[in-house]
Amino acid sequence: MNKRLVSFVIKLILFTLVMSFFAWSFKSGYYQLIIDDAEGFIFLLIQHIHMVALSSFLAIVLAIPMGILVTRPKFQKLQWLFMNTANLGQTIPSLAILALAMTWMGIGFKPAVFALFLYSLLPILRNTVAGIKSIDPDLLDAAKGIGYTPAQILLKIELPNAAYPIMAGIRTAVVINIGTAALAYLVGGGGLGDWIFTGIMMRDNSYLLSGAIPVTLLALLADQLIRAAEKLIVSKGLRPSAAVSD
Amino acid sequence: MIKFDGVTKVYGDKVKAVDDVSFEVPEGNIVVFLGPSGCGKTTTLRMVNRLESITEGKIFVNGTDVNSLNQIELRRNIGYVIQHNGLFPNMTIEDNVMAVPNLLSWDRKKKTDRYNHLMDLIGLNPDEYRKRYPHELSGGQQQRVGIARAMAADPPVMLMDEPFGALDPVIRSRIQNEFLQIQQEVKKTILFVSHDIDEAIKMGDGIAIFEGGKLMQYDSPSELLARPKNEFVREFVGQDRALKSLSLHTVKDLISERMLRKADGLQKHNKKTITVETNLRDALSILLNQEADQLFVQANNKLVGAMRIDDVEAYLHHHIK
Amino acid sequence: MNEIWNYIIENQASIGAYMLEHIQLVGLSVIIAIAIGLPLGIYLTTNEELAETVLQVANVIMTVPSIALFGIMIPILSIINHGIGFVPAVIALILYSQLPIIRNTYVAINNVDPHIRDAANGLGMSTMQRLLRVEIPNALPIIMAGVRQAVVMNIGIGAIAAFIGAGGLGVLINQGISRSNTTMVLTGAIAISILAIVADGLLGILQKRMTPKGFQQ
Ligand SMILES: Nc1ncnc2c1ncn2[C@@H]1O[C@H](COP(=O)(O)OP(=O)(O)OP(=O)(O)O)[C@@H](O)[C@H]1O
Ligand SMILES: [Mg+2]
Repeated sequence: MNKRLVSFVIKLILFTLVMSFFAWSFKSGYYQLIIDDAEGFIFLLIQHIHMVALSSFLAIVLAIPMGILVTRPKFQKLQWLFMNTANLGQTIPSLAILALAMTWMGIGFKPAVFALFLYSLLPILRNTVAGIKSIDPDLLDAAKGIGYTPAQILLKIELPNAAYPIMAGIRTAVVINIGTAALAYLVGGGGLGDWIFTGIMMRDNSYLLSGAIPVTLLALLADQLIRAAEKLIVSKGLRPSAAVSD
Repeated sequence: MIKFDGVTKVYGDKVKAVDDVSFEVPEGNIVVFLGPSGCGKTTTLRMVNRLESITEGKIFVNGTDVNSLNQIELRRNIGYVIQHNGLFPNMTIEDNVMAVPNLLSWDRKKKTDRYNHLMDLIGLNPDEYRKRYPHELSGGQQQRVGIARAMAADPPVMLMDEPFGALDPVIRSRIQNEFLQIQQEVKKTILFVSHDIDEAIKMGDGIAIFEGGKLMQYDSPSELLARPKNEFVREFVGQDRALKSLSLHTVKDLISERMLRKADGLQKHNKKTITVETNLRDALSILLNQEADQLFVQANNKLVGAMRIDDVEAYLHHHIK
Repeated sequence: MNEIWNYIIENQASIGAYMLEHIQLVGLSVIIAIAIGLPLGIYLTTNEELAETVLQVANVIMTVPSIALFGIMIPILSIINHGIGFVPAVIALILYSQLPIIRNTYVAINNVDPHIRDAANGLGMSTMQRLLRVEIPNALPIIMAGVRQAVVMNIGIGAIAAFIGAGGLGVLINQGISRSNTTMVLTGAIAISILAIVADGLLGILQKRMTPKGFQQ
C-alpha cells in the first residue's frame, strides 16, 4: 500500500478523534464552568502561570551560571558531583519532590514554587554542562589561539554553540513545570490543578475538563513558543542534527 | 625573527615532549616542522603563542621574549591555523574571517575592505560567502577561510598545524600552490607543521626534523636531501631523496647550466612539450612513463630546446649529489 | 527520622502491598507498551513518512501533563464505567511509554551500521532473519535505554495515579495529605524515590549487560 496514504489516513483518524472529543465535550457543556466562573478561572490560570514563570526564571538564572561554573577547568572535580546529583535528582518523581517540599516548608505558594524551581534546575543544569562539554575542543583551541579572552570564549563560542541543548533543557524544564504545577493543589499552591482535583473528588466532568484542557494547552503552547525562540536564538550555522538533543 | 633558545617542554613531570631545541627562523621564511607522530611538532608550535607553557628555555619573536608579553596580545599578533580549520560553526564566514579585527574593534569600513581583500586573496567571492555558515562550504573552502582568518589582522607571524592535512591530494596540491602565491605577496614568517616530506620540500624555505622531542636537523630542503646529518634523517627522507630533490629544480636550472640540447626537428612524431617552469621530477616522470623519449621545452610559447633522461641524470650527478 | 522508621515498621505489611501494587501497575503497563512500541518502531523504519507523524504524536502526548491526561480520560472512560482506577492508569502509562520506546527502537534500528546490514544480506539472510539475528541484537542497548526511561518515568506518574484510585505508593502521599500526616507523606515520597532509583540502577546494569562487548568503551 502507498506509504503516504497510510500516513495520511492515520493522521486523519487521529484528527477526527481529537475533534470528536472536543465536539462531544463542548456539546455536553463541560467547559461552561470557564465562562460561568470566569473570574475564578482567570485567577487560577494566573496563579498557575505565576508559579511556573517564577520557578522557571529562578531555575534558569541559577542553573546556567552553575553549569558554566562547573565546566571551568578549576571546578572540574565538582562537575562529576553536580552531574550525578542532577541525574539522580531527575530520577526522583516530581510528586515526591513536591511532597518533600511540603513536609519541610509547610503548605502554600512558596513550597510549590520551591519544589518546581528545584525540579527544573536539573534538566537545565544537565543540558548546559553537556552542551558546553560537547563542543569540539579544536574550536576552543582556535579561539584561544587567535587571542580570545576566556570571557570572550564563553560568550562568543561556548554559549552560542551550546545554545541548542541549553534551550532544549529549558523547554523540558518548563513543560514539566507546567504539569507539576498542576499538582501544586496538593500542597496548597493553587493553580489550575485545583479544578482538576476538585473534578476527581466530585466526579465532575466540568471541573475536570475546564482544568485539564487549559493546562494541556498551556503546556503545548509553551513547548511551541520555546521551540520558536530556539529558532531565533540558535545560530543558523548549527544544524540541529549536529546538536545534542535532550 | 623567531628564535628558539634551549626550549624544553615537559608534560606532568615525566613526558619530555620537546627537548632542548634551538634554532632561528629568518623573517619572511616558511619553516616546516617534520617528523613522526608524537615527536613534538605541535607542542613546539604551540609554545610560540603560549598555548603551551615553556618549561625551560626561551622563545623570542622579533627579539622579544614571548613570556614577557601579554598572552592575549601576543596571540592576536600571531596568526594560528589548525588541522580541522576550527572555524566557528555559529558564525558566518564574514564573522569568522573578521574574528580578530572584531576583537580589535576596527571600524566597519576597514573591516569590510579587509574582508573583501582577504577573500579575493584566497579565491572566494566575498559577497557570495559573506552570509554563509562554515557547514555550507567544502573542506577545501573551509581550509582557505581558516587561513584568511589567521591573516585577518595582518600578523607578521603565522603558525600552521597541518593546515592541509585533511584534504585530498589534488585539492591539497592546489591549495599549496595558492598558498605559496599568497606568500609571495605577503611574506610572512611561518612555522608550518607537516607529516609529509613532499609537502615540506615544496613549502619550506627550511625544514626542521624532530624525533622524540629532539631537533635532528634544521636545514634548507636541498641541503637536507643532499646531506642528511644522521641515520634517522636519512631513513625519514627516504631512499628516493635524490629523486625528491629533483622537485626543487626546474628546467630553467638546466638551461642556466647550459645542459639543454637543441630541439631535434626530425622527431616531431613523438612530440611532448613542457614549459621551463616544470620541475625536474615531473619532467623525469613524463620521460619514464615513456610518453616521450625526448621533451620539447617552451618558454613564453617559444621552443627553446629539448631534453632527455640522460640530461636529468647528468644534472643530478653534477649539481645535486 | 525515627518517626519514619517506626511508621515503616508498624505498617510494613500495607507499605509492602502498595509497593507491590505500584510495581504491578508499572510492570504491566511497560510490558504492554513494549508489545506495541517495539513492532511499531521497527515497522516505522520502513515508512519514514509515518515515522514522522507517529513520533510527533508521541511527542505531543509526552507534553500533556499527567494529571491533565487523567483529567481528560476520566470523562471519556466513564462512558464504559472505568473513569477511575486501574484502567485509566494503565492506559496513561502505556501512552507515556510510547515516545521513549518507539523513538529509541526506530533510531537504534535505523542506526545499525549499514556494513553490518550488507554483510547480513551477503550471508543470504531473509529480512526476518536479518531483523532477529542482526538488527535487534545490535539495537538492543538503545532500546533498553528507552525502556529504562519509560519505567522510571512511569514510577513517578504511577504515584500520581493514586489520586484517581489506582493504588500504589502514591496512596501514602494522598492519604498523608488528607490526614495531615507528615510522616506518611514522607514515607511515601521516600519509598517512591527509592523505587525509581533502584529500578533505574537495575535496568542500567541490564542495559550494560546487553551491550555487546565490542561496543563497550
Ligand atoms: N596535553 C598533554 N599532556 C601530556 N602529554 C602530551 C600532551 N600533549 C602532547 N603530549 C605528548 O607530547 C608528545 C608530543 O606531542 P605533539 O602533539 O607535540 O606531537 P606531534 O609531533 O604534533 O604529533 P602528531 O604528528 O601526531 O600531531 C607526545 O608524546 C604526546 O603524547
Ligand atoms: Mg601534532
